[in-house]
Amino acid sequence: MNRTPYSVGSSDRPAWVRGIARAMPIVMGYIPIGFAYGVLAQQAGLSLFNTLAMSALVYAGSSQLIAAGLFAAAAPALSIIATTFVVNLRHMLFSAALSPYLKGWRKWELAVFAYELTDESFALHSVRFASGIHSKIEAGALNLTAQLSWIVGTWLGAVVGGRIADIRPWALDYTLSAMFIALLVMQIKHRLEVIVALLTGILAVALARWGVGQWSVILATVTGATIGVALEHLQVKRDTGQDTAQQEGAR
Amino acid sequence: MTNQGWVFVTIIGMLVVTYLPRVLPLWLFSSRSLPPLVIAWLRYVPVAVLSAMLLPSLVLDEGRFSLGGNNLYFWAAVPTFFVAWKTRSLFASVLVGMAIVAGARTLLGIG
Repeated sequence: MNRTPYSVGSSDRPAWVRGIARAMPIVMGYIPIGFAYGVLAQQAGLSLFNTLAMSALVYAGSSQLIAAGLFAAAAPALSIIATTFVVNLRHMLFSAALSPYLKGWRKWELAVFAYELTDESFALHSVRFASGIHSKIEAGALNLTAQLSWIVGTWLGAVVGGRIADIRPWALDYTLSAMFIALLVMQIKHRLEVIVALLTGILAVALARWGVGQWSVILATVTGATIGVALEHLQVKRDTGQDTAQQEGAR
Repeated sequence: MTNQGWVFVTIIGMLVVTYLPRVLPLWLFSSRSLPPLVIAWLRYVPVAVLSAMLLPSLVLDEGRFSLGGNNLYFWAAVPTFFVAWKTRSLFASVLVGMAIVAGARTLLGIG
């Protein structure tokens, strides 16, 4: 087994092969979740075409699962669209966070890349881009593989959903949680990030418990990142007041 | 009876409100230099957002705070964190996490 996260991708294999290989943890998570969405969408009365169209056009897991429930409850179109907007607003933060790395990209390349930006692809891209590698082909292959697996999972759920036995013994519902754990650990390089991660996580739990619902992730993230910057400034101020050599270790 | 044409129109509406937040910041910000303070702020977004999505899924069980033995998501996360920290390997972490959850469900009947 490879020791480093990107040893699968850091060989001399072509960029598109690296992209596909790096998408595999996402694929393992998307097929069962897409499957669950496919089953629910069928039960909600969506045609096969519309079930697949949502995975191809909207491509945002949690909002699709919520929408399937709203369609089943015969909710009005505007309330479904408004809910989708709120649930998916966090992508704005992903898009903004990746923007400093993608300065050389053309507008249409950004448009294609943004279309397939999800929680999971963002997490992989942000680690990758921060390490100085911004291959368009690799990023595109990763995104395309992830969305294809989402559509395949949707199709399987819609077509054979009712006939498949319980998938819980395979723990496929835990894939993305485990991936987030690993990606979070890889993002953390110094103590301030540990503090930000803990504070943001606790805040998100508290907000979710208070019934803030879909806003909790966005509110917690904005607050957490702001606390991070504030602490960083305090630290720099304190360090410049003391020995300048200490700054090296600080950030 | 679901009107499939109306469903499709709704899906197009969902596409618009999902795609705009995905593309606009990239379009607006990638072509200019942002102030250092904004860049510093954006650097904390990945850590913050990952934690904000992850922690509630681990400690909330159907909306209620739970660290009990039945909360498999939380208890499987402890060794998964350890493996991720020690190996820095995405695959090893995912495999260990899934193996623990699968093992607990099939062998112990938990969760």
